Amino acid sequence: MAYSNKVIDHYENPRNVGSMPKEDPNVGTGLVGAPECGDVMKLQVKVNPDTGVIDDAKFKTFGCGSAIASSSLATEWLKGKTVDEALAIKNTDIVTELSLPPVKIHCSVLAEDAIKAAINDYKKKQSVAGKGASVVEPASLRS
Amino acid sequence: MAIKLPIYMDYHATTPVDPRVVEAMLPYFTEHFGNAASRNHPFGWEAEEAVDKARKQIADLIGANAKEIVFTSGATESNNLAIKGVAEMYREKGNHIITAVTEHKAVIDTCKSLEKDGYRVTYLQVRKDGLIDLDELRSAITDKTILISIMTANNEIGVVQPIAEIGAIAKEKGVLFHTDAVQAAGKIPFNVNELKVDLASLTAHKIYGPKGVGALYVRRRNPRVLLAPQIDGGGHERGMRSGTLNVPGIVGFGKAAELCRLEMAQESERMKALVARLNKRLHDGLDEIYINGSTEHRLPHNLNISFAYVEGESLLMGINDVAVSSGSACTSASLEPSYVLKALGAGDDLAHSSIRFGLGRWSTEEEVDYVADKLIRVVTKLREMSPLYELAKEGVDLSTMQWEVH
Repeated sequence: MAYSNKVIDHYENPRNVGSMPKEDPNVGTGLVGAPECGDVMKLQVKVNPDTGVIDDAKFKTFGCGSAIASSSLATEWLKGKTVDEALAIKNTDIVTELSLPPVKIHCSVLAEDAIKAAINDYKKKQSVAGKGASVVEPASLRS
Repeated sequence: MAIKLPIYMDYHATTPVDPRVVEAMLPYFTEHFGNAASRNHPFGWEAEEAVDKARKQIADLIGANAKEIVFTSGATESNNLAIKGVAEMYREKGNHIITAVTEHKAVIDTCKSLEKDGYRVTYLQVRKDGLIDLDELRSAITDKTILISIMTANNEIGVVQPIAEIGAIAKEKGVLFHTDAVQAAGKIPFNVNELKVDLASLTAHKIYGPKGVGALYVRRRNPRVLLAPQIDGGGHERGMRSGTLNVPGIVGFGKAAELCRLEMAQESERMKALVARLNKRLHDGLDEIYINGSTEHRLPHNLNISFAYVEGESLLMGINDVAVSSGSACTSASLEPSYVLKALGAGDDLAHSSIRFGLGRWSTEEEVDYVADKLIRVVTKLREMSPLYELAKEGVDLSTMQWEVH
């Protein structure tokens, strides 16, 4: 399969690979996919509690080149966005940016789910801390 | 010496044509272009003579008689002819066929097609090492069983089934035995009489011959196997397969078979050494890598390894100057991981993480070292970005984790 130059670039120079402490109340962690399906993404966001802006984002992905590129791109986009802006990122934005072929659309869906899962995790932590927040439905459940 | 890139390590998919084979073929495109079925002029006689010589060369490779070789367009056709031909011819005797889940699609899908026509098919499971259980085979045979079709060597994991034992069981029970010997013949000793094989599928392009020509060995004595033809026409190949013979292809197939017969002993020793070198270098450089399939009963030129926590397609992307295959779903048209690796019961995640290395006549130690070193670098890098590797290192048991399956 021929990959777009952007996919190759993210694969060869992945942005923001790594992990942040899961216990940190300002860090939200999303882990989506399953090994037997051939894709697992872990995506983390670190939110500044005063401004609500995502200061840092990290990922680790088990999956094909398009899955790695989708999650790498997601971390790039997340940085500097507010939590609500981050939730507005759609899988189709990722498909367009990376020129993903139809068989790789599920990679972008997984990346959107990972973003939502990470932010939901952050919001859950915040609501436990007494701030209250609503949980957002992942892309794969939208019909 | 500088290595020429890209490196070809996918000899199970196909092989380049040996220059000695090309040389043998060339006159049959131009000078000796006759139709082997033209009985009344020298053009036809020359072609027929060349075909007869090739028939003998191929028969010699597998210990058969030249009259038992039926030329086809390739192994897919040979498998279809063997299975459908027997099924149709022996319909009155029974309607049951036994095969295995790890067979090539040309066998499995042929059997599935027969199921629609009222035949019953038993698909034997394989053990963890990829081999069938002979007791299971024995107990699957009924008085309606007309054919057992078990491949000699598997195209993905290279395991070699106990063909002589299967042949003996088939003989004892009076059931015909077909084997898809495409990956084995020419690579390891394969003798139809010693193995008690009644039908064997062969193809030229896996043994350094041209694409588009194959053969089916059809036993003529003890027992005499009859086949219902699947292609009707001029009655070529003793009525079993009509169609003008591909003379240059057949000449090349014959030459390729002869070279394999003469060079097999030496070549397989060289293959074993190269595969051992590749395997050792990978094991020295990486932990948690697993060989798929029996290491004992295996083709000398095959290595199939799962690199845990790394997905196959991303691995292939990192070694894009090396031609190999992966069992990963992402590399297949069906988006399903390899059904052969799944059948071993190793878990789908290991199927997604597998690479098949097929070495061959022009593989070198330098290429093996290059491929191994590159893989070690890429696997190490991909594990650094693998959440599964991280979890495993934290001591999490991945098999008991709750995954959100899409």
